[in-house]
Amino acid sequence: METGGDAFLLSASLPILKGKIMTELELKRIANQVRKSILTGVYSAKSGHPGGSLSAAELFTYLYFEEMNIDPKNPKDPDRDRFVLSKGHTAPGLYATLANRGYFPVEDMKTLRKIGSHLQGHPCIAHTPGIDMSSGSLGQGISAAVGMAIAAKLQKKNYRVYTLLGDGEIQEGQVWEASMLAGHRKLDNLVVIVDNNNLQIDGTVEEVCSPYPIDAKFEAFQFHVINVQDGNDFVQLKAAFAEAHEVKGQPTAIIMKTVKGKGISFMENQASWHGSAPNDEQYETAMKELEEMEAALCQK
Amino acid sequence: MSEVKKIATRESYGNALVELGKAHENVVVLDADLAAATKTGVFKKEFPERHIDCGIAESNMMGVAAGLAADGMVPFASTFAMFAAGRAFEQVRNSIGYPHLNVKIGATHAGISVGEDGATHQCNEDIALMRTIPGMTILNPSDDIEARAAVKAAYEMDGPVYMRFGRLAVPVINDTADYKFEIGKGVHLREGTDVTLIATGLCVSAALDAADLLEEEGISAKVVNIHTIKPLDEELIISSAAKTGKVVTIEEHSVIGGLGSAVCEVLSENYSVPVKRIGIYDTFGESGPASALLEKYGLDGKGIEKEVKKFMNK
Repeated sequence: METGGDAFLLSASLPILKGKIMTELELKRIANQVRKSILTGVYSAKSGHPGGSLSAAELFTYLYFEEMNIDPKNPKDPDRDRFVLSKGHTAPGLYATLANRGYFPVEDMKTLRKIGSHLQGHPCIAHTPGIDMSSGSLGQGISAAVGMAIAAKLQKKNYRVYTLLGDGEIQEGQVWEASMLAGHRKLDNLVVIVDNNNLQIDGTVEEVCSPYPIDAKFEAFQFHVINVQDGNDFVQLKAAFAEAHEVKGQPTAIIMKTVKGKGISFMENQASWHGSAPNDEQYETAMKELEEMEAALCQK
Repeated sequence: MSEVKKIATRESYGNALVELGKAHENVVVLDADLAAATKTGVFKKEFPERHIDCGIAESNMMGVAAGLAADGMVPFASTFAMFAAGRAFEQVRNSIGYPHLNVKIGATHAGISVGEDGATHQCNEDIALMRTIPGMTILNPSDDIEARAAVKAAYEMDGPVYMRFGRLAVPVINDTADYKFEIGKGVHLREGTDVTLIATGLCVSAALDAADLLEEEGISAKVVNIHTIKPLDEELIISSAAKTGKVVTIEEHSVIGGLGSAVCEVLSENYSVPVKRIGIYDTFGESGPASALLEKYGLDGKGIEKEVKKFMNK
């Protein structure tokens, strides 16, 4: 089963949910739907980046179903909150979330990376409803997010700008050029999130070229830094974003520890699943795991 | 001949930005610690809240400009051509070109006329680089009047524009009553029957000088100013080639990938005539006074005349 029907219902019911525990359960169900859509996408495309899409599934879900002021029916609303996927290769995660949020049919995930599809290998503003910035060349998305945050300040608008970076991505020097400007201009409408799943293509980030300590670096660039011990946990994400809303006079960096490939047992913590698609057998196993999780979440 | 008025097109850029800033709230100017040199300082003085100094970080500046454009502002990202087209090439391609965002790039200090700073800062490759980006408009004005008109036209169109300006004060040649600037339309400056000189940027003035000298030698040169490298005025280039049978291109840029290449591409596919490309011949520049460099590299009136004569006698 891979229709988005259930997810549409869930998303429609979300705004009226006030209880924290219920919300968390609903969000978990949506994140599970998002994971299924990610799998469908990369399996259909026979390529793509499941690892970093799955590690950020909770983050994507939280942003689009809880945190951001957005309307799928009005994706170009000038007052909406913005999101820039600086780690653009995890487009399947963002597409899956946008689809389940109602920006376009979940069915479209089957066209990912195919000729004529609006779902390009990396996000493109001109192709896909809900994409606020083209991205994918690492280090560039955060600069655009800084530009958007400055634009909000210049236009005296209240929208907020969110951007998600990989922990490998922050090896790009441009990230720190952008961070320096964000800190310098006290962009308190900007939230930079780092998906610290600890893996990049060539191995662990420590082995390849350690970006640690990440928090101290952003602090040095005048950010308010929030460390999230488990970025796959909605309660912790909620607390982090609530804290970010209180920050005045400086940008916020949320450094969240996550598990690459989260939710699919054989993909978890494996660098090899950074940029490869499951075969038929692996796809079936993965979907079975997600369906079992769905059943478990529905019984709660 | 009375002394001609000379103004550097970077000055024109700064002055035009002030005018645009007065007329339009959405104009923002970005710099990378070179406002004093890109001449945007006048805008900064007038509209400090709309001037964003990004520090010495051109790659980030291009991305910031993209974000501003995505959210309704019209950013003019200003720095030297070397850093705008060179260092930040990939940011311009991926963050501005691919999403086709409404970013205007003001690239000053183009070509060898940078002068004493030498080869590291003399960008002779920017047109070649920018031409390859789909949807990029490239403007290379020849004087103060054209430069100010180009900035205004860049604002008025939707989409990314690369504007090329110089450091050196150059003669004002377009102060005529009927002067009109239109993106994509070349300007026919002088009639001639033996050869067409197609020039761009500060070489337009030198091409006119060369045409005068050639006339004394009995060679009748038509002169065309191509201020828009992309989209190229193919019609004017083809019709000029058809009239004169020979074409010479003149640019303060590498002969590889710039105006000369663009003209050859058009003519070889549509109306094949002999073409001589005058420009920087696959070499780096060097330190020295701008005018001395232009003379040494054959980009003054006399240098052009010499090359055209050689070409005509072949």
